[in-house]
Order: sequence, then structure tokens, then C-alpha cells
Amino acid sequence: MAANLDQIFIHLRDWLVAFLPVVLRPATGVLLSVIAIVCVFPGLFALTTVFERKGLGRIQNRLGPNRVGPFGFFQPIADGIKSLTKEDIVPLSANAGVHFLAPLVLVVTVFMGFAVLPMGRNMVLVDMDAGLLFFFAMGAATELSVFMAGWSSRNKYSLLGAMRAVAQMISYEVVLLLSSVSVVMISGSLSLPKIVDAQNQYTGVFPHWYIFTPWGLAGFIMYAIAATAETNRSPFDLPEGESELVAGYHTEYSGFKFALFFLGEYLAMFSISGLGTTLFLGGWSAPLSFLTFIPSWCWFFGKVMLSIFVFIWMRGTLPRLRQDQLMNFAWKFVLPFTLLDLMVTALWRFMGDGWLRWVVCTVILGTAYVFMARLQWRQKHIGPRSYRYAE
Amino acid sequence: MLGEGIVKGMLETARNFAGSFVSKERLTTVEYPEQRIPTVEAARVFPFLVYDGADWEGGMRCVACQICEKECPPQCIYIEKSKDKKPDFVGKPQFYPARFDIDISVCMSCQICVEVCPFEAIKMDTQFELATDDRFGGLLLDRHELAKSNEYYHSIHPTESTEVDARLAEEKAKADAKTKAAADAAAAKAAAAAAAPPAAPPATPTKEGGS
Amino acid sequence: MNFVFYLLAALTLGGGLAAVLLKHLVHSALATTVAFAGLALLFLQLDAQFAGFAQILVYIGAVAILIVFAILLTRGSDLPKGGVFSATWFVGLVIAAGVFAVLGWAVLISVEALPQQASVPAVTVHDIGIALVGRYVLPLEIVALLLTAATIGAVIVAMHEKGAPK
Repeated sequence: MAANLDQIFIHLRDWLVAFLPVVLRPATGVLLSVIAIVCVFPGLFALTTVFERKGLGRIQNRLGPNRVGPFGFFQPIADGIKSLTKEDIVPLSANAGVHFLAPLVLVVTVFMGFAVLPMGRNMVLVDMDAGLLFFFAMGAATELSVFMAGWSSRNKYSLLGAMRAVAQMISYEVVLLLSSVSVVMISGSLSLPKIVDAQNQYTGVFPHWYIFTPWGLAGFIMYAIAATAETNRSPFDLPEGESELVAGYHTEYSGFKFALFFLGEYLAMFSISGLGTTLFLGGWSAPLSFLTFIPSWCWFFGKVMLSIFVFIWMRGTLPRLRQDQLMNFAWKFVLPFTLLDLMVTALWRFMGDGWLRWVVCTVILGTAYVFMARLQWRQKHIGPRSYRYAE
Repeated sequence: MLGEGIVKGMLETARNFAGSFVSKERLTTVEYPEQRIPTVEAARVFPFLVYDGADWEGGMRCVACQICEKECPPQCIYIEKSKDKKPDFVGKPQFYPARFDIDISVCMSCQICVEVCPFEAIKMDTQFELATDDRFGGLLLDRHELAKSNEYYHSIHPTESTEVDARLAEEKAKADAKTKAAADAAAAKAAAAAAAPPAAPPATPTKEGGS
Repeated sequence: MNFVFYLLAALTLGGGLAAVLLKHLVHSALATTVAFAGLALLFLQLDAQFAGFAQILVYIGAVAILIVFAILLTRGSDLPKGGVFSATWFVGLVIAAGVFAVLGWAVLISVEALPQQASVPAVTVHDIGIALVGRYVLPLEIVALLLTAATIGAVIVAMHEKGAPK
């Protein structure tokens, strides 16, 4: 019964596909899975916008939207109608073709990233050998769309926002890749379902999730920081900070194109949370061995929504980082720490099983963290201001 | 330690989030228009004209002295004096305003008209839900719309209105006493003149000194 | 699968042609990106998954961004007065045709030299990894050295402008 519930979507798809001749079955199966992804994740996006506004409201001692529907949960419908019926203004001197293509490229590449995430047992759309690389390739393509949006608007502020956004995304992309490489090293495969299978084992009650190892915890924290920066989320949302750059690279977008940017940003958040869940939190595996009766896709989406709540929580708490602080943080702290984490992971693997590797790795990572933190503090010399002029 | 402040901050916001469901001080929203914050007594929005008694036209305290019209900084008051006079609360015949318009889209609620009015005729109202869709006359209040009774004044500004009433009663009493004294003196003079016409002139100073 | 190949080839060639024929420099950069994407899809069509995704990640995600940054930071987005086409375009065409002829001849000769295979064996990431640290470890180390030198050079070039003490 639990196994049936676990595979309910697979059985549903197979049952629907059985109505067709054998020739059409594989293509229709894939098509049905694609339709499911395209329906589920934007639905989650709508839910997340409400949760975000209400959650941020509660954190800030106020109610969120509560007029539309019970407790305001139909607010996304109102937002959707608003964005569909707003006038689509394109600036006269803007590059119309590139201006039109930018949100499309964003949404398309972000949706492609969902193709490799294992959302449950046997529930991955395409089981690619180099699945993780595909995911990062799609993530890299989103940077291009950000640049296209900023440049085609023919607006200095948009261009500035786009350049900053791209610089930020490139810096943190390196961190993202390096923190995933340690997972690949231990699990021995770039294929995401295999990474989940490697974590789906239990010693006693406790799972073998990588976050429960010292290198995994460090890697997860670095991955989380990089993920927040990749999706331009607070505290790294300077490129779209309302008080600094109006709306940054999507200033000149109105109506449905703006909604597509918004959708793209939240979907990127979902897909990067999904990847983080797969790499470090065990994907669709249950946290305790006796909880496996709850379906795997429940666990996956539960963990993803938990990550989203942490994103919202961080947005409500932390102030925005300035561009130079952001870049300093990336290159001078996060990247060296991630490289060290990579080496510690290698050490972990070669030390073999036992309690010694736990102690050694924890000690190395802890002292490095404290040492680098102290170094960062000492580097702040606040003296008389000096000026550098552009040549 | 790097990250300590972040963790403390996140715990504080978590406390805020959880507390907003249970305690009032962590959720200070008042859902207008279903709930309202009670207005304080010294609140002021736009002026209104006070009238005593039941008749708004007859009991209006304003005597069209036009001091408020001259003192108003954005000049939003427009007064037309009447041609005839009617008696005021003391009994003295006074002019009254045939036309008293305040343009509340211009009024800046400075309360100068209230401060300079010698007759306690214009006071500040606390009503602020005055939005209207009539662009051309909806925010120009005339005499009838501005006239509100003294009981209403008591209901919105209790201490101020009792003070004003006390002052007006005192003035009325003084004026009454003066007229009474004048009437008494006149009556006494008439009586003295009638009662003792053959009285010697040296007797009158003592009579006048005694009254 | 020939039809797919021709489609992808058309996409790549179209991108390349647009890159040289378009007037606006940023449009050319974006057309180059389309050509890169076409190349990546060609790799994927040949079942070289790793190469295809690495192409997208590196070329579209980094090199294209680099090109547009370079264009924008050096104010190259203004249209030059004398038009964008060089007067000696015919010579350029002849040289390009010559290079293409040499490369085409080299590829065709090597195809005859390869053994006839009915199907190409799938190269997994595992095989690529083993090859990189086994047979091709020297090129890997040399490339790493080159990258380090490039990074240090970039840092030095950027640091040189900072004359005043901070």
C-alpha cells in the first residue's frame, strides 16, 4: 500500500499511456511527465508567493494579504489577472527582438533544469549520465538572459543592474559547482538518481545523508549561500533591489513579461533547492528508517518547501549586501573554504570508515572556518577615504 | 565568530513570526475599515461651525466677523455677511453669515481659525472619511454642511467643550449681571427721580453713592 | 537522424553568418551564442553528452558573457561611422575558404583511416574521468598551469591600475 502510494504517479502515467498504440507510448509518457512538471511547479510558485508575503508580513509584525480568498490564499489569482491584463510597454529605443526574447530564454532554461531532478523513486524525467552537468549548464544559460534583459532595455540603470547580476551569478556559480563536486567525489557519479541512491541507506535509524557529515555540512552551507546569490535572493538581491536600482534588469518590463521574470526567479529557486536537496539532504529518502511509509515524493517536496521557507526567513532577517561586500565574500571567503572542503572530502574518502575521520575532518573544517573568519575581520581597515578616478 | 549575528537575527525573526500568532504586541495591525483605532481627543481634521440649541440657522454662534477668513493661511474660507441682524446668545443683535464656505481640499488643518475666533463659533472636527467622487463641488462645504450642534461638539471634544461652555456661561452671566445692574441703576434712578423731585440737590450725592 | 543534423547545421551556420553580417556588435555576440548552442546540440546529437553540456556551460555560460562584457566595457556598442564591413572582405573570404578546405581535407582523410564501426560506443563520464587522469594527465596539468598563468596575469593587469595607496 505504501509502495503503491509512492509510485502513484508512475502508475497513473502508465495507465493513461496504455490507451495508445505501442509506437506512441514512450513519447506520450514523456509528454505527460513534462505536462505534470509544467503544471506542478508554477502551482507551487503561486503558493510560494502567498507564503512569502504572509510569512514576511508575520516576521515584520504585520498581516500579509488577507482580502482575496480565505486568509488571502487566492492572492496569486489576483496577481495573475493583474499581470495578464496590464499594458505591455516596450521602450521606443529598446531592442525589440532581444527585449522579447530575454524572459523567454530565462523561463525555458529554468524549466529545462527540472528535467534531471529526481522527485521521487523512479520519478526523474530524464536519467542522464551527466545530469548534474546538464543542470549547471542550464543555470549558466540563465545568466545570458539576465544580461539580454538589462542590455536591451536601453536604460543605464537596467544595464548596471544586469552587469552586477551577471558578475554576482558568475562568482557564485564557481562556488556552486565546487560544492557539488565534493558530493560527486563521494558518490562516484554525476547522475542525480545515483547520488540519491547513495544516500538512501540507513545505519540503524539514521540516514546516510551527506549533510550529516562534516564535509557535507560545510558544503551544504556554502551551497546554500551560493544558491541564494545565484537566484538573486535577499541578502544578495542588489541587482533587483528596489531602493537602489528601481527594479534592476527588469525595470522596463511590465505585464506578462515581468510575470515571466518573476516566475523564472522563483522557479530557479525551486530547482536550485531541489538540487541542494538531492545532493545534500538525501533527495526523496526519508530522514528516519521507519518513516519510509510516507511517499518519496512527499519527502522531496517537503524538503524543497522547507528550503523555500528558509529562503523567505533569510529575506525577512538579513539586510542587503553591497556589491563589493558580496564579491569580496565570494572570492575571499566562500571560495577558499569550498576548496578546502573539497580537499577534506578527499581526505574523508581516503581515511576509510571509522570515528577518526569524523574527528579529523571536523577539526580541520572548524579551525579553518574560525581562522578565515578572523582574517576577514582583520582585513577591514577603516581609514581616511581615498578616491580612485576612472581613466 | 562569523555567522553568530546571523543566527541571532534569524532566531529573533523566528520569535517574531511565532509570536505574531499569539501575542498582540507582535502583530500590531489594525484592520481598517473593520477595526478602528479610537481617535484621541485632541485630534483635528477640518473645521465646523457650532450652533446652540436645535435650530442650526438661528443658533449659530458665528457673527460673520470675518477674522478667520483673513487669518486663514491658504485662504480657504469664504464668508458673505448678511444684511440684517439677529440677536446672539447674550442678546445683542449681531450679523450672521449668509454664506460660509470652506474648501476642505485646500484647508491644511492648522487650526488658526479656531484660535482667532472671538465667539467660539468655529471648532475642529475629527471626521476624516470625506472622500468623494464629485470632483467639482464635493469638497466645498457650505454653511449647512458645516453646521453641527453643540451636543456633537461635546461628543468629540468633551473637556474642550465643557471649558468653552463654562466660558460662554460666565460671559453670559457677566453680561446679564451688567444689564441687570444697568437696569437696576436706571430703575433706581427713575424711582429716585420720581420719588424725590422736591428733594434738595445735596441729598442726591448720598443716593448715588449708596447704589 | 540526417534531418536533425541538417537542421542543427543550419542553426549553427545561420548563427555564424548572422554574427559576421549583423551591424550591431551585441547582436553579433548573441548570434555567436546561437552558434555555440548549435555546436552543443551537434555534440549531443553525436551522443557526446559530457562535451555537449560542457560546451553549454563554458561557452554560453562564460565565454559569451565575457564577449558581451568586453563589448560593453570598451564602449563598442556604438556603431562605427565607416560601416562594419571591411574593404578587403574578398581577401578574407578567400583565406577562410582556404582554411576550410584544409580542415575538410584533413577530416575526410581521417575518416577513411578509422575502422568501420556500426555504432559508436557510449562514452560515459567515468571513462572521460579515467582518461583525463590516466592517459591524458600531462595535457591536463599543462592546461591547469596555463589557466593559473592566465588568472595571475588577469589579476596583475587589473591591479596595475591601482596606483594610489589605499
